[in-house]
Amino acid sequence: MSHEAVLHGDAHGHDDHGHHEHHDTFLTKYVFSQDHKMIAKQFLITGMVWAVLGGLMSVLFRLQLGYPDSTFPFLEDLLGKWGKGGRITPEAYYALVTTHGTVLVFFVLTAGLSGTFANFLIPLQVGARDMASPFMNMLSYWFFFAASIVMLSSMFVETGPFSGGWTAYPPLSALGDASPGSKTGMDLWIISMALFVVSSLLGGLNYIATILNMRTKGMSMTRLPLTIWALFFTAVLGVLSFPVLFSGFILLIFDRNFGTSFYLSDIFVNGVGALPNEGGSAILYQHLFWFLGHPEVYIILLPAMGMVSEILSINSRKPIFGYMAMIGSLFAIAILAFLVWAHHMFVTGLNPFLGSVFVLLTLLIAVPSAIKVFNWLTTLWRGNIRFTPAMLFAIGFVSLFISGGLTGIWLGNSALDIHLHDTYFVIAHFHIVMGVASMFGMFAGIYHWFPKMYGKQLNNTLGYIHFWVTIAGAYLIFWPMHYEGLAGMPRRYYDFSIWESFKQFGELNKFISLVSMIVFMVQLLFLFNFFYSIFKGRKLTNQNPWDATTLEWTAPINPGHGNWVGEIPEVHRWPYDYGKDGVDFIAQTTPVGADESQH
Amino acid sequence: MSTATVETTKSWGGGKSPFNVEYGKLMMWYFLMSDAFTFGAFLISYGTIRFSTNGWPDPNEVFRSFPFAPEGVHAPLVFVSVMTFILIVSSVTMVLAVKAGHEMDKKSVVKYMIWTIIGGIAFLSCQAWEWNHLHHEGAWWGRNPFLNADGTASSTNFTNYFFTITGFHGFHVFSGVIINIIMLIMTLMDKFEQRGHYLMIEKAGLYWHFVDLVWVFVFTCFYLV
Repeated sequence: MSHEAVLHGDAHGHDDHGHHEHHDTFLTKYVFSQDHKMIAKQFLITGMVWAVLGGLMSVLFRLQLGYPDSTFPFLEDLLGKWGKGGRITPEAYYALVTTHGTVLVFFVLTAGLSGTFANFLIPLQVGARDMASPFMNMLSYWFFFAASIVMLSSMFVETGPFSGGWTAYPPLSALGDASPGSKTGMDLWIISMALFVVSSLLGGLNYIATILNMRTKGMSMTRLPLTIWALFFTAVLGVLSFPVLFSGFILLIFDRNFGTSFYLSDIFVNGVGALPNEGGSAILYQHLFWFLGHPEVYIILLPAMGMVSEILSINSRKPIFGYMAMIGSLFAIAILAFLVWAHHMFVTGLNPFLGSVFVLLTLLIAVPSAIKVFNWLTTLWRGNIRFTPAMLFAIGFVSLFISGGLTGIWLGNSALDIHLHDTYFVIAHFHIVMGVASMFGMFAGIYHWFPKMYGKQLNNTLGYIHFWVTIAGAYLIFWPMHYEGLAGMPRRYYDFSIWESFKQFGELNKFISLVSMIVFMVQLLFLFNFFYSIFKGRKLTNQNPWDATTLEWTAPINPGHGNWVGEIPEVHRWPYDYGKDGVDFIAQTTPVGADESQH
Repeated sequence: MSTATVETTKSWGGGKSPFNVEYGKLMMWYFLMSDAFTFGAFLISYGTIRFSTNGWPDPNEVFRSFPFAPEGVHAPLVFVSVMTFILIVSSVTMVLAVKAGHEMDKKSVVKYMIWTIIGGIAFLSCQAWEWNHLHHEGAWWGRNPFLNADGTASSTNFTNYFFTITGFHGFHVFSGVIINIIMLIMTLMDKFEQRGHYLMIEKAGLYWHFVDLVWVFVFTCFYLV
């Protein structure tokens, strides 16, 4: 590392922050590090491992969906009894879709996205030496790591991982005998998720405290970059919604192991007879789950929105359009996120009147979302656009967010949802608007902040190939699914070729599977670019390669623990002074000149 | 918060907290909000199930025993009132400990922390007695010997929720007692004298008051309603 920042005393009167960087061993520097930048990299790389595994799972089950009549002998070599005769068994298929969902939603797009960028950017962009509690921050990663290990081990148990869908609805999740995956696999699934909730709580508390309390001099709330605002609301959402899921899981554990009937009632099993459980409600679980589940969507989306706002402004060489409106719409989305969960439950037997309330609240989200989209477009408008890979992914995010958001208006209507619920239309909607879009936000963030993370540049050509194949692939995979869904093709089915009405989609399914494999290969190209560039990439010579205004670029290349050498910089202006008074950019640390115009 | 005499530039100028709160206290507040959602989810689940069920046992009938009282004594809610009183008094002693901390009065901090810990342990002991008693009457997770108020058979969710939620609350009290014991040891080791403030006592106090507050809701939902 080129610069080791020296920690000067204690600028914030902050007790447990006295550790100096004198004798780093491999263990304290790379493993049990308390440096927010190293923890961010740990989150990122663990997230990448999960992304590859989760992506591979989707390729495997796409193989079944696209080629239901063919056999692939390598599947038997790879999966053993789960791929008997070269075909994925139905049990394995359900295990794959369940684990794909859980892993991508929680481990990649929550821990991998928020964990990486909140840890990396918050101290650097608000001007702090580290997080409020570096120790808790380290614990947050290690709880995530433990959750990962438990989830991974669930894939190797005799009866297989949990296979009742990522939402883990009872009775499949509550009755151990319901399916092979409901046995040990489900126990491990709950343990893993409980560890994950602890990790996200420890992380979230830290993010909030750091943003509110550790800002440098002059960094008022309205001078924060939008990334930080987005990460702030993300953390608040996580801290307030995960505990409800946690309660739901505790009740689920009791139902599974201690003979209670919180979620179980009036169940008759063929060959066994009526179960003794009575008085519970399976819908109760759905309420508790979706009270997390919907804010979770925004926990995934908001960090991407924040980073995209930042990257669009920097690469358009223009101030972000409507800074306060952007904060306001983030706030509105965060509030509404807690008030719309039942739109996932329109067909579970909800009171229709309650349904109509949730329709209204759901459609209200279109307002702040549209504000954000228009602000992004107006930021681009007449900008002096630099098409870096990060910028392309940011623009791709906006495109996907619009495409996926529009179908959200369809699904938010309880009447239309009766037809569309649990079809491929839903799959298409949420993959585009939340899955792929947030992935794009994550890629944009990685391409943009990679130089800050590793002091090297990523290869641009590989970046362009990565972007164009991924955006084309994303639309080619998910766009046709809208048509399948409108035709009533249900999600989570093992084999569509046995239904006369879905035979027409045989070729289309084959095409989707083919594209998904190509897109998966291109992600491996990205990983190659990432790891190759860490070691062999072009060395960064300019500490501010994107000509950006925010504080992280005032820190040296490869900053040490403590981020800045000497004093923490003082902030004098908001972070979006691009093209002001004919000057390309003015860093936040530059004092306001006497003859400067007002914005 | 007392109005600070710090000369602030506009919009709290950074480096200082918006409410002049130390970061650990801020984290504690957010943690308590988070925990409030955990308990909220439990109690709302309980309410949902209870009010969608046809009958429910009468708490005056279920919780009518008192330790060492002769057989057949009918003392509805007396014992739980004693428990609640103990917990609330322990909150009072906690306040006094925090106040003593503000005044840097180590001796009083030690005294009131000990009283708070005793209160916590007393509450837990009462809870243990009550659980044990109910268990002897045949109540446990998945088993409900009590009849509904109207004499019909009751669903097991009465005991399921009772043991889960009071158990979860009891676990919080237990954690609080452990935290308070650690605080007491740190006080005795002069840790806070060296730091020049008793902020940790205040943060432990926040947690303790929260646990008491939750009990008020749990008490209301299970014993009174």
